[in-house]
Amino acid sequence: MNIIVCIKRVPETADADVIIDKSGKDIEKGGLAFDLNEWDAYAIEEAILLKEKLGGTVTVLSMGGEDSNESLRKCLAMGADEAIRLTDPAFEGSDGYTTARILSEVIRKLPYDLILTGTQAEDDGYGQVGVVLAEILGIPHASVVNRIEVQDKKLNVHRELEGGLEEVFEIDLPALLTIQTGINEPRYVSIMGIRKVAKKEIKAFGASDLNLNPQEVGVSGSDIRLEKIFLPPVGEGAEMLEGKPEEIATKVFEILKDKGGLV
Amino acid sequence: MKEILIVAEHRRGELRDVTLEMLSKGRQLAEQIGAEVSVALLGKGVSPMVDLLKPNSHRVLLIEDDRLENYNSETYEKVLTQLITERKPFLTLIGHTATGMDFAPSLAAHLRIPLATDCIGIEPEGESFLLTRQLYGGKVNASVSFQKKGPFMITVRQGAFPPIEKTPLSGEVISISSSLREEGLAKRFLQYVEAAVGEVDITQADILVSIGRGIKDAENIPMVKELADLLGGALSCSRPVVDKKWLPKDRQVGTSGKTVKPKVYIAIGISGAFQHVAGMKGAGTVIAINKDPKAPIFSVAKYGIVADLFKIVPVIKDKIKELSKK
Repeated sequence: MNIIVCIKRVPETADADVIIDKSGKDIEKGGLAFDLNEWDAYAIEEAILLKEKLGGTVTVLSMGGEDSNESLRKCLAMGADEAIRLTDPAFEGSDGYTTARILSEVIRKLPYDLILTGTQAEDDGYGQVGVVLAEILGIPHASVVNRIEVQDKKLNVHRELEGGLEEVFEIDLPALLTIQTGINEPRYVSIMGIRKVAKKEIKAFGASDLNLNPQEVGVSGSDIRLEKIFLPPVGEGAEMLEGKPEEIATKVFEILKDKGGLV
Repeated sequence: MKEILIVAEHRRGELRDVTLEMLSKGRQLAEQIGAEVSVALLGKGVSPMVDLLKPNSHRVLLIEDDRLENYNSETYEKVLTQLITERKPFLTLIGHTATGMDFAPSLAAHLRIPLATDCIGIEPEGESFLLTRQLYGGKVNASVSFQKKGPFMITVRQGAFPPIEKTPLSGEVISISSSLREEGLAKRFLQYVEAAVGEVDITQADILVSIGRGIKDAENIPMVKELADLLGGALSCSRPVVDKKWLPKDRQVGTSGKTVKPKVYIAIGISGAFQHVAGMKGAGTVIAINKDPKAPIFSVAKYGIVADLFKIVPVIKDKIKELSKK
């Protein structure tokens, strides 16, 4: 089975102190670590598991600057065969639809049975690119997939619904699936593993290589525009327990006693 | 008159809450821009739901077909493409749910209608809308606008628009025949699979000690489990802990896990993403421990402790042991 996986490199903000930059349209990224988008790590792992079981190839695609090579190399070290980067100043500021449009132009040139993307990205969270890409390519899709069973020329896929429920679909190949976190356990990549693929070529394509008019991509080609970002309004907020650990622990004990938290 | 079209979401005979949330928000927007609210109800044997929709809309567009018995993005896209092409609603609202995330992006792309997903705020602005979304897992908000002219499509976050009491309407019910033919589908619904039942039912617990990403490793879990045991409570968690297979799925609190209402909920190393908060906002008293003073969990908690959980939790355990003896 030949599989294409679309990935994104994103800043790690879960434990970071996020500051809005001078443009007011983005956060300060200077001090932040970057990594493969969490959902995409599960998507690439799933692709490699399928390849190990069924044979075929895994090609990984990413749209972004040279920094994205770091995430593409991580995917190569995990077991992907080829990496392609879509890069052009004209692509900057592309929204979900336009990103899918750009990805579709290179995918049309590649042989594939299955396309995997993450369900959403950690940074902007539109959750849109994969499903739009399937529509542009004219192939069936299923989103929020947390289990894949391979059959001949088709798949049984489980979609994660609310409240722990799942729905199962049978889907013909070629198809596109957006992958939910938890579907597998992404393998660890060692520094040695990354070094081994350091010299591997990563092909780069720009707008003209894909016959895309710069006007139809990037900010000018997008349907939606980010105006500004701001810190979320703070609610009433918690009463903060302060002091030495011993004092905090005593307060916690008293609260628990008072609220029925001690039996 | 302009039309705001809401796509009703239902599953196994039950209307989902997001539908009433969209209807309420849709009516408010309709008053602001001078429009009427229509709701599209696709399914089989769904007419009992019409009574819930009529008081909240000007029009119920009922499309019944055997092939709409269970949700499928392919059938939804076909039926809604025809409906939207014919009725030309100025705005279509869809839930940003497991269902809406599955069909709204392809439907919008098919119709080439601008789509903004997962919105938590919608304000009319001229002949368009200004939207509020969250970025970076809720650490910042963004104002987003459409660059093109209407019609528009927006998917709304569940729980972001609590229904507001309004004078009941009496929506006209219009039955529309489905545009589905006997053609084959590339995607076929097979069945629902229920969540596995675990050994502990966290929805019944009076006290929950809950862990998140901050626990860092499975081997740190017994340290917190001991606190739950001391309190006679159960151990629960947020999504990352289940994704990493450190605890089973039945311990997960949140939209894709369980909704809990304990008397006391102690959130340890949980940032408080909205998916998690949606599952625990009914808790009596929430105590949060997190090393990030800006963690969203502190705006939900009654009491907050900014500390390294590995340092403070052992002290709390010792103190409980010491003071309980007295």
